Order: sequence, then C-alpha cells, then structure tokens
Amino acid sequence: MFQILSDVFIDNPLIVSFALVGITMYIAYFMSDKLTKGRIHGSAIAIILGLILAYAGGVWTGGEKGISDISIFAGIGLMGGGMLRDFAIVSTAFGANFDEIKKAGFSGVASLFIGVVLSFVVGVAIAFAFGYTDAVSLTTIGAGTATYIVGPVTGAAIGASSTVITISIAAGLVKSILTMVGTPFIAKYIGLNNPRSAMVYGGLIGTTSGVAGGLAATDPKLVPYGAVTATFYTGLGCLMGPSVLFLVTKAIIG
Amino acid sequence: MVIFGVALLAICMLTGLFIGEVLGVLMGIEANVGGVGLAMLMLVLVIDHLKKRGKLSLPAQEGLGFWSAMYIPIVIAMSANQNVAAALDGGPLAVVAGVTAVVISWLFVPLLSKGAHQIPIEEEKENSMLAGGESNVSNIK
Repeated sequence: MFQILSDVFIDNPLIVSFALVGITMYIAYFMSDKLTKGRIHGSAIAIILGLILAYAGGVWTGGEKGISDISIFAGIGLMGGGMLRDFAIVSTAFGANFDEIKKAGFSGVASLFIGVVLSFVVGVAIAFAFGYTDAVSLTTIGAGTATYIVGPVTGAAIGASSTVITISIAAGLVKSILTMVGTPFIAKYIGLNNPRSAMVYGGLIGTTSGVAGGLAATDPKLVPYGAVTATFYTGLGCLMGPSVLFLVTKAIIG
Repeated sequence: MVIFGVALLAICMLTGLFIGEVLGVLMGIEANVGGVGLAMLMLVLVIDHLKKRGKLSLPAQEGLGFWSAMYIPIVIAMSANQNVAAALDGGPLAVVAGVTAVVISWLFVPLLSKGAHQIPIEEEKENSMLAGGESNVSNIK
C-alpha cells in the first residue's frame, strides 16, 4: 500500500510539488493570521518553512538540493528550479511600470557596481580576519560573498582550492538565505517601499533568489523592480571577480 | 487565447536568455549576463506596445497573470530547494561573511535611493484581478 502511494508520488513529481507547496502556504498563512495576527506576512513564514524543509532534506540525504533530494519530493526541484523560477520572475514584469524602471535606471546601475564591490570587500576583509592571506583565496571568498555563483566561477578561473571554493559557496548561500528571511523585517527601516529603492536593493544585494524571495514576502509589487537589477548582478560579478577584483586584491596583498 | 500570453512570455524569456548567453560568451565569462533582466525589459515594452493598440486580449493577459500569481509558490519551492545544510556547515567564516555583507548592503539602501521621490507604488487598476497572487497578499503591518 505504502509502496503504491510512493510510486504515485514518484511518477507525478511536479503535481506533488503543487500540492506540497499549497499545503505549506496554507499552514504559513494560517500561522501568520492566528499566531502573529498578520504582523509577519504569510509568504515570509512560508519561505522560512521552505528553508526548514530544505535543511531537513539536506541533513536526511546529505544531498545539495534540500527537500528535493528525497525522491518522493523531487518535483520541488522542478517547480523551484531555475527554469520555472526565471519564467515566473519574467512574468512579474507584467505588473511593472516601464516609466518607473527608466526613472530609477541610473541609481539601479550605480547600485549594481557598488553592490558587487561592497560585498566583495566585506568578504575579503572577513577572510583576512580569519587568517587567509593569499590573493587567490581572498578573492574567491570575496566573490562568493557577492553570490554563490560568482564564488565558484571566480575560484575556478584563478585556481583556488576546493575548500576555499566550498567556503565561498557557503558565504553566498548564507547571504541568499538571510536576504530571503530578513528583507520583510528590515524593509520599513530602509525605505524599501517604492520601485526605486527596490531596484537599488536588487542591485546592492544581487542574489536573485534572495532578493526575489525577500521582496515577494515584503510586497509582491516590488518584485519586478528588484529582480530586474538583481539578474544583472551575477553576470557583473562573474565579469569583475576573476579580472579587476582579483588584480586589485593581488596588487594590494602582493 | 490564454496560450498567446504564455507564449509571449516564453518567447521574451528565451530571447533574453539567448542574448544573456551571447553577452557572456563575448565577455568571456561562464555566466548568463542579465538574460532574465533583459527578458523582463522586453516583456514590459512589448506589453506596453500591445496594450496601447488594444492588441492584448483579456485571455492573453490571464495567461501572463497566472504565471505572475504562481510566482510566490515557486519562490517557496525554490527556498525548499536551497542547500541550507551546506550554508550552515560552511563554518563561521562563511556565516560571518554572508551576514556582514547583507547587513552592510541594507545600510546602503537608503543612501543610494536618496533623492528618490518616495512614490508609493501605483495601485494596479486594470490588472488587479489578473495579477492574482497580489490580491490576497497584504503588506506586513
């Protein structure tokens, strides 16, 4: 009996994920309403529940893809994977206002460059404080602090050790997760309530999943503005990491 | 037809990703450079153009609206997909670096968005029923 049920789940992965996400959201909105009286938004709680499931899945299977490493929940990997995520992000542009994007264009672009350099410098400084002194390791950890994709791309390009690359990925993951969870709580203190600050936010933080998740839990109307800049960040980081940022770090460290 | 809206979305996304890949190759980096962002800009422009001419039918808008309403559920699936265990296993260096970067970036948001007129987002009039996910979602109070 259990075998049959498990087979049905395994044969219809995407459908299982719709049901599972729906149930998770129902629980999250229920908790938001009853336990926090709506003060903490339902989607913020749902994202936290998702991360807890991911942690449980990771510990259970030792895999890298959270809950979707458990075979009956493999569909979560499809639903939350890059393809549908990007499709849904693009679709949010349906509600965006082009005039707002144009108006915030300059501060959006400026925030991209500042964001990449800022995260990089923070990462390098902290790696240095933890005892790393060679330019290759420092650059890789700094790049990982930008996003968990920039870290390994940079590390591979300049020949970092796999331990350092792993740390750089972990730093990027921490950033992404904290952004998802923290954005709705910090939003009102940093004026994150209009298209322009959302574009600046996307450019500064840059982790697409973090920004997209964090803004979704803050105010879904802000998502397209944050996402439109954030999606350039990883590209810019991959461009600057192994080149300009590495050379500058090398020149300073020697 | 609903599929026209979905197809429009798909075509914009594929075109954007293609340009992003080409930009990546031209710059010599292994990454898609802003493909999704370009796709979004393209979709905004195309929709603007079609709407002004009254060529975007209601069903086509529903096709687009469905996917933007699926956005939050997809983000939640995405969060359930993250390598949370690895992030926590990455050790104190990774945690300190990640947390510090986010906190410092937060401090910079007000500085960089200064001079912005704090325009509240316009209430979506025509799309309110289509942009489904948004209607039952309120801000944190």
